[in-house]
Amino acid sequence: MLIRHPEPIPEREVTDASIFLRRRQFLQNAAVGAAVLTAGGPFLAGCTDAQEPPARGPKLPGVKAGPPALATDETPTAYHDATAYNNFYEFGTDKGDPARYAGSLRTEPWSVTVEGEVAKPGVVPLEEILRPHPLEERIYRLRCVEAWSMVIPWVGFPLGDLLKRFEPTSNARYVAFETLHDPEQMPGQKRRVLDWPYREGLRMDEAMHPLAILAVGMYGEALPNQNGAPLRLVVPWKYGFKSIKSIVKIRLQREQPYTSWNDQAPREYGFHANVNPEVDHPRWSQKRERRIGDYRKRPTLPFNGYGEQVASLYAGMDLRVLF
Amino acid sequence: MRQLQAAVVAAGLLPLAWLIQGAVRGTLGANPVETITHTTGGWALRLLLVTLAVTPLRRLFGWSALVPFRRTAGLLAFSYACLHFATYVALDLGFDLAAVVEDVAERPYITVGFTTFLLLVPLAATSTRAAVRRLGRRWVRLHRLVYVAAVGAVVHFLWLVKADLREPAIYAGIVASLLGARLWWWLSSRRASLAAHPEATSAER
Ligand code: HEM
Repeated sequence: MLIRHPEPIPEREVTDASIFLRRRQFLQNAAVGAAVLTAGGPFLAGCTDAQEPPARGPKLPGVKAGPPALATDETPTAYHDATAYNNFYEFGTDKGDPARYAGSLRTEPWSVTVEGEVAKPGVVPLEEILRPHPLEERIYRLRCVEAWSMVIPWVGFPLGDLLKRFEPTSNARYVAFETLHDPEQMPGQKRRVLDWPYREGLRMDEAMHPLAILAVGMYGEALPNQNGAPLRLVVPWKYGFKSIKSIVKIRLQREQPYTSWNDQAPREYGFHANVNPEVDHPRWSQKRERRIGDYRKRPTLPFNGYGEQVASLYAGMDLRVLF
Repeated sequence: MRQLQAAVVAAGLLPLAWLIQGAVRGTLGANPVETITHTTGGWALRLLLVTLAVTPLRRLFGWSALVPFRRTAGLLAFSYACLHFATYVALDLGFDLAAVVEDVAERPYITVGFTTFLLLVPLAATSTRAAVRRLGRRWVRLHRLVYVAAVGAVVHFLWLVKADLREPAIYAGIVASLLGARLWWWLSSRRASLAAHPEATSAER
């Protein structure tokens, strides 16, 4: 169910409303079985995990609104859901693991290695990375390959603006990203679920697209660890696994980079991984998606609804083959 | 005995009670439909394994007291499988039957899950005392389908997991032991009867 508001309303109010509506739907859906329960109340009280208000990050100062043309007016996902339901296998494969275990990640000090086909490579402290870039709020849809989606108000800046500072050479055709690899801080890396470190990549023209951003915050606040602190990629027209988290390396190169899920299961995850309702994942239909907080599924849009902005990047490509 | 059976049923329904109170209070997490699907599927599988464990436990440790609860566990497993399927059809796909057909036809893990579910239907339908009596030896043969169902349930789980095979691998190990024990006993008893009546069996063959 999509809740359309006639005019903009404050974000906190939006969040609360969506929690409220979600509960109400489930009350209705569950009403049938509710009667069965009346006897078991006291016993059951002990075995539920109450939804405690999560500890929230510091407010980011000086955030301005991003270009309105790039923002969605859809209702942002409840903060609690966006920070408690995550795929971040570095902390475990259960959706709740990142929120439970990401506390061991130390995001200060943090630096990013920029290397490869650039005139000015270097190991750059995060403060230096961020210094010249004004922070913008970008409210984007996020579509996971598992057929669920969210709406997240990210805070960040265009990836292209950062890349330009390092002066890419004419050989720079792709950008490769790497997540931190440190099993002490990221306990999920103690098991080889994926070939660590997690790696992702974009074509140069995709990376330079104004929709592609590096995020340092969400909901006006610094990124929680489980959402990829302190620096993550957001490419809203691609499946979520492309938007790599907790980045420590950015490498510009001539060849198409190694990317983790594509390597794990090439038939299931393509390098491009553009959201495409026409191309099913072998195990999930991609035609529809469940917006977290909704009960009914909704149709999935080509390029996650960003076709107008990005479809031209793929003109002439057979997206069924190059999925 | 009556009371014990009731207690077993009540215990078996606790996961369902947990789901219902969670749905009422809105504490099933960000994706309640997924939570319900996983919980019901998981209990269908676990209770199926309980059913399969009764015979080996009796043979190994002489725990015959478990035998009367095998049917109860089997029917509970079937109930959770029904809820699991209903969750998928009603809550996940919103009764979009074309989507159900497409999934069953095109997604191998759902093809296997659906087949497994279909295998359980005749077992549940013939679980009454009257059916046991009526079918006699055929009942025993029919209910060997539960071995296939257990394998199917594990394959279903293995195929739906993206990368972390740990949990389904544990279940696969349990199914392999439970079925392996039966195979072992069957082979040994065959060898024993071959040794006892060599002519009879060779003539039979
Ligand atoms: C009737 C046909 C069936 C359908 C359509 C079906 C469908 C599904 C779906 C959609 C999932 C979730 C997949 C995901 O999250 O990616 C699932 C999970 C599962 N199903 Fe089924 N299923 C069926 C039958 C069964 C049966 C008969 C059993 C066991 C006896 C079973 C056991 C499981 C288990 C153990 C899980 C995984 C739970 C977990 O992740 O913790 N399913 N099934």
